[in-house]
Amino acid sequence: MPHNDEKFKEQRSGLSRRDFLKASSITLSVPLAINQKVARAAGTDVRVYGPGKVPITLNINGKTHTAEVEPRVTLLETLRHELDLTGAKRVCDRASCGACTVIIDGKTAYSCTVLAIEAQGKAITTVEGLSQGDKLHPVQQAIIDNDGQQCGFCTPGFVVACKAILDKHPSPTREQIHRGLSGNFCRCGTYVGLKAALAKMGAAHKAPAAQAGQKGGQ
Amino acid sequence: MAEYKWPEAEKRTLIGKRISRLDGPVKVSGKAKYTYDMNRPGMLYGKILRSPYAHAKIVSIDTSAAEGMPGVKAVRIIQGPGTEIQWQGDEIVGVAAVDEPTAEDAIRAIKVEYQILPHLVIDNDLQAAGDRAKPTQEEVRGDPEKAFKESDVIHEGFYGSSAMTHCCLEPHGCMSEWNGNELLVHVSTQNVSGIASQMAGPLKTTAGNIRVKQDHIGGGFGSKFGPDRWGIETAHLSKLAGGKPVKIMLERNAELMVAGSRPSAFAQVKVGAKKDGTLIAWESKSWGTGGITGGGLPSNNFPYVVVVPNARRQNITISNNVGGQRAWRAPNHPQLALATMAALDDLAAKLNMDPLDFFIKNIGLTGQRAEVYREELLKAAELIDWKKKWHPRGDTTAGNIKRGMGLSIHTWGGRGHNSDCDLTIYPDGSVEVKMGTQDLGTGTRTALAIVAGDAFGLPVSAIKVLIGDNRYPVSGGSGGSTTIGGVSSSTRRAAQDALEQLFAKAAPALKAQPGDLEAVGGKVRVKGDTTRSLTWQQACAKLGGMPLTVRGKNPGPPQELTNVGVGGAEMADVSVDTETGIVKVNKIVCAQDCGLIINMKLAESQCYGAMIMGVSYALYEERILDQATGRMLNANMEFYRLAGSGDIGELVVHMMTGKGYDERGVIGLGEPPVISPGAAISNAIANAIGVRVSVMPFTPDRVLKALETKGGNNARV
Repeated sequence: MPHNDEKFKEQRSGLSRRDFLKASSITLSVPLAINQKVARAAGTDVRVYGPGKVPITLNINGKTHTAEVEPRVTLLETLRHELDLTGAKRVCDRASCGACTVIIDGKTAYSCTVLAIEAQGKAITTVEGLSQGDKLHPVQQAIIDNDGQQCGFCTPGFVVACKAILDKHPSPTREQIHRGLSGNFCRCGTYVGLKAALAKMGAAHKAPAAQAGQKGGQ
Repeated sequence: MAEYKWPEAEKRTLIGKRISRLDGPVKVSGKAKYTYDMNRPGMLYGKILRSPYAHAKIVSIDTSAAEGMPGVKAVRIIQGPGTEIQWQGDEIVGVAAVDEPTAEDAIRAIKVEYQILPHLVIDNDLQAAGDRAKPTQEEVRGDPEKAFKESDVIHEGFYGSSAMTHCCLEPHGCMSEWNGNELLVHVSTQNVSGIASQMAGPLKTTAGNIRVKQDHIGGGFGSKFGPDRWGIETAHLSKLAGGKPVKIMLERNAELMVAGSRPSAFAQVKVGAKKDGTLIAWESKSWGTGGITGGGLPSNNFPYVVVVPNARRQNITISNNVGGQRAWRAPNHPQLALATMAALDDLAAKLNMDPLDFFIKNIGLTGQRAEVYREELLKAAELIDWKKKWHPRGDTTAGNIKRGMGLSIHTWGGRGHNSDCDLTIYPDGSVEVKMGTQDLGTGTRTALAIVAGDAFGLPVSAIKVLIGDNRYPVSGGSGGSTTIGGVSSSTRRAAQDALEQLFAKAAPALKAQPGDLEAVGGKVRVKGDTTRSLTWQQACAKLGGMPLTVRGKNPGPPQELTNVGVGGAEMADVSVDTETGIVKVNKIVCAQDCGLIINMKLAESQCYGAMIMGVSYALYEERILDQATGRMLNANMEFYRLAGSGDIGELVVHMMTGKGYDERGVIGLGEPPVISPGAAISNAIANAIGVRVSVMPFTPDRVLKALETKGGNNARV
């Protein structure tokens, strides 16, 4: 197919950036560095990305990853398409279902509604970051033991949500479990097992000695 | 020939126990790769341009701008000018591009001119449907006119189930990649062995050239048996792009619009009984639609489960401009159950009878499994404390929160489908079970390991299970709850045959006859003589240098290891807020039989999941179509709402096992427990507030309307 990729990109990026700035009454100021555009918005300088692909750096599961994505690309798509971290799933794609849940700076977030460029400089934990090789996080084991999964497509989102609940409430109450799981949907209907897994984790936290004895150094 | 049979209860080491799913670790760790997760080198992202109109003729299509865009590698018109489009979301043009944003831009750059035609999308108004409503043949049993004359009490009512969608969390989708004449397909499917022959024709190739793979599927519920037009399109686009892999996964809105729905069903019912509660007469006129293809309830299935001796039934099928129905977990049964169980519950109320007594009184009408239903009803009643909690219709306690109890019974077939299993024992003792089946999350993988491990006296971890590839022996599609019966039977037969051959090789070393050996606890030993044994590995070494592969088949003579027909009873306890119309589930119990249970833990999970899905369709799920625009208004997950973890109340499952159940053989379970929740919840609401909310889902507006009209016909709210 005949294309003039370079010319097209220049044209498109030039036009749309000017139009955007004109329309939104934000003034373009001097670039801070080569290939960086800065806009003055609400009294502060804001870096302008794109609209073409831009290099980004993400801190995921304690490791630094780089990628080139358009500014409109979400963190979820970057994880899945650019970094092959496919644990987080795209289901509703608009922050309703929780299948894409990750932890950003200690808080759960729907990665389908976070832009990849926004996620730079933050500590991102995905489901892949919870287990070490074949060694599972205790909540992952509890979900297996209590069969809190069926088809498994929502499961990574729930695993991350469960981990976040336990980080905050090591022995969660029914209400805390309810609130903590309320951002995620499952179609197969695995809530009974998920709630049981969290309850077991809470009970184990309350009686650590007994649990350690039973599980033998798990 | 070996006598194929399931082991006696005391000999079962794995069968019927509580065993965690084998693919649990890969699923919880995010390592499980679904079709959606396929990232092949050089893979292109495919998108489909869909019709925004419910009924229109394509006048012209201009794809030139899209074709000229950098990064766009293939553009293909699926349905060209002149085509009459019959539903919103139908496929018009496919594109493939280097990344997803580019593919989206390309879709936006395509210009299609439509001639808009008149449409019908609503389905609850027979008059509006006009000549698109077609009555089917009336079915008559006995003498309904005479029976109604002889009835002491007659009730007439209207009941309806709105159309809903499958809403699989992994949407439908496919990735295709050509290598010369060979096509590799990863597809999200319930039918690994059956996909290639459905793709071969449209792609003008042979099924043998098509390799189909799938490790995991993110939900199907009856909607994923074919490659679908978008799946075939991935192969067309791949070919246009020089064989590069092309993946198309449906966007959420398309998933809800075109990738599967459960037909609506509305019924005007008349039912009559003697004053002692004996049910004698039934009449129903039902209508509904499965979309453009029409369809709807098979009227001779009314009334559901309870075979009333005198009955007149007629169904009217409406064809409207909506994407076609697909099998939805227990097709038709939830709708039949709702109209039947609600009508009978209303009749019981008119008779001043406790519906439990009423159903027990008429239990003989359920036919050959009457005793099973009686046991299940009594078990469910015990689990929910029915006799203490049930009250005559209308909670008379003060305040706006009204509590009520309801029940329903259901049935399903579930005989095992055709299944071939290759079981290999290697000389080093390792064991492999291989077949072209799929694990929908029901635990098929785990079941295969349980059946083989149980036969060989080995743990499940010793069995390698290979599924999800059409190069493996053919096994049926996972529909109709036929998988567990099929795959467990073929595996059991293969295991028994393999063991017989292994014993023949090992017997000389143990100075015994093959028939005197048994495989127990990791050993092959002489029955009744613990001093003469080989470890499993030592016994397998006697195979010589070559592995032993045996094929097991279902069905097969002399007798079946699987069976057909289950019952089940569910009871619901709900609270209704008469000020807001909000229904809250307090508790649901389920007593369910399914013959011999392979894995108790996952069998219970099927029931829990089905009850949760039941709460979801009973209270929340409805595909809302707008007659003015012809469009679906809630093709997303904010307004097409599923039940969440806080909506389900307490759930209790009791699996019927032991004598009378186990010896029937293995029977499917995926579907039956999803049938009753809607009806049980409907009856519980009526018991709570004293009036019937006619149409499901029982949303606050419908509840309030029913209260306001004192149960008047609220079909059109």
